[in-house]
Amino acid sequence: MYRYDEFDHALVQDRVTQFRRQVERRMKGEISEEQFRPLRLMNGLYLQLHAYMLRVAIPYGTLDSRQMRKLAYIARRYDKGYGHFTTRQNIQYNWPKLEETPDILAELAEVEMHAIQTSGNCIRNVTSDQYAGAAQGEIEDPRIWCEIARQWSTLHPEFSFLPRKFKIAITGCERDRAAVKVHDIGMIMKHDEAGEVGFEVLVGGGLGRTPFVGKTIRDFLPKEHFLSYMEAILRVYNQLGRRDNKYKARIKVTLHETGQEEFTRLVEEEWETIKDSTLKLPKEEVDRIAAHFEPPEWKALPDDAPTCDARAASDPEFAAWLRHNVEPHKAAGYAIVNISVKPPGEPPGDVTDVQMEAMADMADAYSFSELRVTHVQNVTLPHVEKERLPALFDDLAKHGLATANVGLVSDIICCPGLDYCALANARSIPVAQELTKRYTLERQQEIGEMQIKISGCINACGHHHVGNIGILGVDRKGEEHYQVQLGGSAKEDASLGKIIGRGFTQEEVVEVVDTLLDTYLELREGDEVFIDTFRRVGIKPFKERVYGAA
Amino acid sequence: MALLERKDGGASLIEDPFTRVDDDEALPAGPVIVSLPRFQAERDALLARDEALGVWLDSDESPTAIEDDLGRLAVVACNFPAFNDGRAFSYARILRERFAYAGEVRAIGEVMLEQAPFMVRSGFSTFELRDVADVSDFKAVVEEVRTVYQPTGDGRETALQRRLGR
Repeated sequence: MYRYDEFDHALVQDRVTQFRRQVERRMKGEISEEQFRPLRLMNGLYLQLHAYMLRVAIPYGTLDSRQMRKLAYIARRYDKGYGHFTTRQNIQYNWPKLEETPDILAELAEVEMHAIQTSGNCIRNVTSDQYAGAAQGEIEDPRIWCEIARQWSTLHPEFSFLPRKFKIAITGCERDRAAVKVHDIGMIMKHDEAGEVGFEVLVGGGLGRTPFVGKTIRDFLPKEHFLSYMEAILRVYNQLGRRDNKYKARIKVTLHETGQEEFTRLVEEEWETIKDSTLKLPKEEVDRIAAHFEPPEWKALPDDAPTCDARAASDPEFAAWLRHNVEPHKAAGYAIVNISVKPPGEPPGDVTDVQMEAMADMADAYSFSELRVTHVQNVTLPHVEKERLPALFDDLAKHGLATANVGLVSDIICCPGLDYCALANARSIPVAQELTKRYTLERQQEIGEMQIKISGCINACGHHHVGNIGILGVDRKGEEHYQVQLGGSAKEDASLGKIIGRGFTQEEVVEVVDTLLDTYLELREGDEVFIDTFRRVGIKPFKERVYGAA
Repeated sequence: MALLERKDGGASLIEDPFTRVDDDEALPAGPVIVSLPRFQAERDALLARDEALGVWLDSDESPTAIEDDLGRLAVVACNFPAFNDGRAFSYARILRERFAYAGEVRAIGEVMLEQAPFMVRSGFSTFELRDVADVSDFKAVVEEVRTVYQPTGDGRETALQRRLGR
């Protein structure tokens, strides 16, 4: 993975010094909260319902064991012993003290991490496929390009006061695990007809109040123009994006209101003027960064794994974990392991300091010290020898980290909601907790692939629009209510869910999910997954079961 | 209001030789800065005066509107109606990098000291600061972060250039 050189180090260290000065001025009352707000936001520090919240970037979700241990230490030393992994591959601390936040940033800088641009109207942490560098069928490791984008976007002088926040996701596979189609910019690596590698460029995807699936504005962008094309998109957006209404300020609205054709024309016109500028990437620099993402030294192994197979044959719990949490790897004899941090009854994405340290130890023991954080709020060990999967499973189980539910109904995406968040209208965590407790593994396996996504308000941090079942918390006359949507997907076949009808109380909504799942099981043909059944039969049968025939 | 001029890596407080004139105000003697609508309405008369001339652009006015006259303008001022309206960062770069404008590019309006590093990098050369900042504060803030990644018209050596030059 990428290692900072002296220039990268200098930047994060200087940023810590700068923030320390700004916090001191705030503590002394030299600047008001109003003046401090934009400054703290540029370092990921929010003021939430009960306390400050610090959001730390995990660039493109990749971290090593040393960094994970540091995150654990910060959780213990500066917070209440846990952190929360988010849908943007970040980690949030919910209880830091203002005066200690510069110290936290200094701790992070020691391990090449920061909280820069994890909030504010700027280019946020660039996200990617959690299987990058390990996935079968990958064209190229997308993290090379994520790192190039990270550096280019860091303290970008022109794009730090955009109309609204700006999210970029990049993937190197056709299979989309990074939800690239619901990002402000999505880049998908592909080959052109001549076999050259470049990117399909999508713009204007996003969730929130006005959800859109991104539109392809360029079928193929040669790699050398990666930065100049993004700069052109951002420059057009910075000038054209609405500033009169923050709910209409995202690029998805700009694209929608300008029209895709005209917007694309403006981008291409701008790009023509800068494509051969100093933004054109020299091969030398791409190679320098690519060298950091060379695969680890995998052993030459046979692909069969008799120890693992024998254990699976005799231990149904292990077999279930193998089936749901383990994915094929590009190297023979290796596997990708997903650690579910969603045991029954726990808030999705929350991890204790002890668990973080355990995961760091297991990364050292089993996965070349590498870990990934996923946009579905789990953790991945990308390079595990298949023959060692039984031993890893036993180690995970000791720490309550062996829940076999990845991709199943209890693998829920959930925002912090009204338990923490100042924007929320309703609590989302209790709904997730109820649902994760509700289904036995057998029942979950019967239901099969299912993504439930829960947001506590219309801002959609819990991605409810792209859940197979999406749940949105709303405030109805002072009471928490929940709307249900069906048919969303965040994958390569991205689609937005449709609302089934009037909302429900918290007790009711859990029952409604049951009814929806029963309806699917009755309607499904063969081994059809939920989303395919929904697309075949439409919303009507589900509605009728929930509300009665009209 | 203090006018800070960025020069040779440092900064100094300077006397502003220009008068900013409202649209309905008669032109005083000496150098003036007028709005874009006034410039467009009175262009020939303004250019015929034997005085340095500046135009100020509001945040919804692109410098492409004055592209053909840039050679005759001593100052282009860009307004920040609010600190978080960042359109002028793009305007400054377009002025410097696309139009190769070499005159004064001035930041006016809600100009925050903490934004100065971004402004300098985008191409602004003078700053009407709300808070009269100590000149040494300004210099310290602008140079606080040693590394820059983006090539912009300010010519500052980027991390990439330093890497390639090692």
